[in-house]
Amino acid sequence: MSLNKEQIKYLAVLSRMDIKEDEIQDVVEKLSSIVEFVDQLQAVTTDGTEPMAHPLAQGQRLRIDEITEYNERDKIQLNAKNINKGMYLVPKVID
Amino acid sequence: MPAQNIQNMTLCALKQGMSEKEFTSLEVIETLLTRISEHGGSLNAFITVTAEQAITEAKNADKLMAVGKNKPLLGLPLAHKDLFCTDGILTSCASKMLHNFIPPYDASVVKNLKASGAIMLGKTNMDEFAMGSSNETSYYGSVKNPWNLELSPGGSSGGSASAVAACLVPAATGTDTGGSIRQPAALTGITGIKPTYGRVSRFGMIAFASSLDQGGVFARSVEDAALLLGEMAGFDENDSTSVDVPVPDYLGSINQSIKGLKIGLVRQYFDAGLDDNNAKAVREALEVLEDQGAEIIEIDLPNIELSVPTYYVVASAECSSNLSRYDGVRFGYRAENYKDLNEFYCKTRGEGFGAEVKRRIMTGTYVLSAGYYDAYYLKAQKVRQLISQDFKNAFSKVDLIAGPTTPSPAFALGAKMDDPIEMYLNDIYTIGANLAGLPGMSIPCGFVNDLPVGLQLVGKHFGEESLLQCGHRYQQKTDWHTRVPERFK
Repeated sequence: MSLNKEQIKYLAVLSRMDIKEDEIQDVVEKLSSIVEFVDQLQAVTTDGTEPMAHPLAQGQRLRIDEITEYNERDKIQLNAKNINKGMYLVPKVID
Repeated sequence: MPAQNIQNMTLCALKQGMSEKEFTSLEVIETLLTRISEHGGSLNAFITVTAEQAITEAKNADKLMAVGKNKPLLGLPLAHKDLFCTDGILTSCASKMLHNFIPPYDASVVKNLKASGAIMLGKTNMDEFAMGSSNETSYYGSVKNPWNLELSPGGSSGGSASAVAACLVPAATGTDTGGSIRQPAALTGITGIKPTYGRVSRFGMIAFASSLDQGGVFARSVEDAALLLGEMAGFDENDSTSVDVPVPDYLGSINQSIKGLKIGLVRQYFDAGLDDNNAKAVREALEVLEDQGAEIIEIDLPNIELSVPTYYVVASAECSSNLSRYDGVRFGYRAENYKDLNEFYCKTRGEGFGAEVKRRIMTGTYVLSAGYYDAYYLKAQKVRQLISQDFKNAFSKVDLIAGPTTPSPAFALGAKMDDPIEMYLNDIYTIGANLAGLPGMSIPCGFVNDLPVGLQLVGKHFGEESLLQCGHRYQQKTDWHTRVPERFK
């Protein structure tokens, strides 16, 4: 199945990623070829086959709920561009 | 000891040389740092070189050795793929998105190797977020293949492979999601092992596709790979998919005979698509193993041709979730000039990610989106089960599975960049092991058009020992792994 320009724009919205107008045609072509390529899976008979999410079919391991980490906020926040009193700043969300 | 000998030595030989006081760790580190500054540029193998830190650590290692202290990797050099977090040192994942990211901690792999005494010389170039098979998607530019600078070294761990093949460093770490260790190892003529899923901790390894990603090593001999794997593997509380299985003494058991070992040769791998000379090299390698007492049995993996489309659904879906964390708020690239939060996110991600990463995120978003989830993602998970079952059936008859690592030797930089499908098909022989979580290794098995090609061995879950024994036996009888590209001798 090939994808059109509108679908690509919608995927860009869902992915929260700007795609420039002059990039769109290339993305349409390449993504369409990928979708057409993976479409061959549709022909495979998988009735009664369990989907496989993990290569070793392991359950989730649990541990006792105790503190294992110490406070490294200052060190971690060295990577942030906009910090005020230990808080991350973003554009205003609520008026 | 003349400097040109140090650069060609394996980790095991360097270890012995240091213990016999033929040279010091500092001499080794300085020799290699000089080589990196002379050749690193032409190969573009490194993103960061940690020279000063390495020299300090080498001096410390020499002091420890002088008072009789020892550790398995004390004073030995290596490099890390720039996807393993290193405390206080740039970890970019070769992306503009992380061009300024300084991790506040070490990945478990880095920590384990450091605790064993290894010295890091730097962080190696790679495909952006490990998405690529040619090392051309890096924000820092393509890596070159030391056998021919106009060719790709493969990817995504191309920098690690190129650095080891050119004798800039004897060993390096890598990660393998669909072949990113084995394919570049084959295309640069070195040894590369991807362990069983869960064998090596993923903690601090920047995630691409969490159910497929696995860390491993590049080296110039199977013996060195065994030494390093033994030090980096093991259970880790910090990785919820790490498996609590004891780590065997890989190096100690490496000389075990392969007499009676049953090796399965996959019929489907020799269908159309495989270069004739590449096929010949693989068949000749199997004859060597047969002479050593292994039994070759033809087997089938009937669904293996579905592994590439299955992989591109599963890996893209996981990547689209994993990469949603890059929002410009807490770390990494942050766009300027935006009106609101939504535009802030869209600009940051639109400007911070490269074209291939964007395509994979969008593919993943598509296969997970309403109305398509069952048709693509769930379907791919079911086909993954079928492929995994094929391997299980095969392993009821054989101990190891053998075949080519790649369809052909190294290709030209730029040759496949316009056709994503052709690029993806380069991983046709390697992806199956990731889908099934099996260990796989590529070892050099000859040359086609003066370029190295690899033999791939795939083992049972946690069957690294027999992979290493078989590979080591092969390297005792052949010398492909000792070949060095002319300009890097």
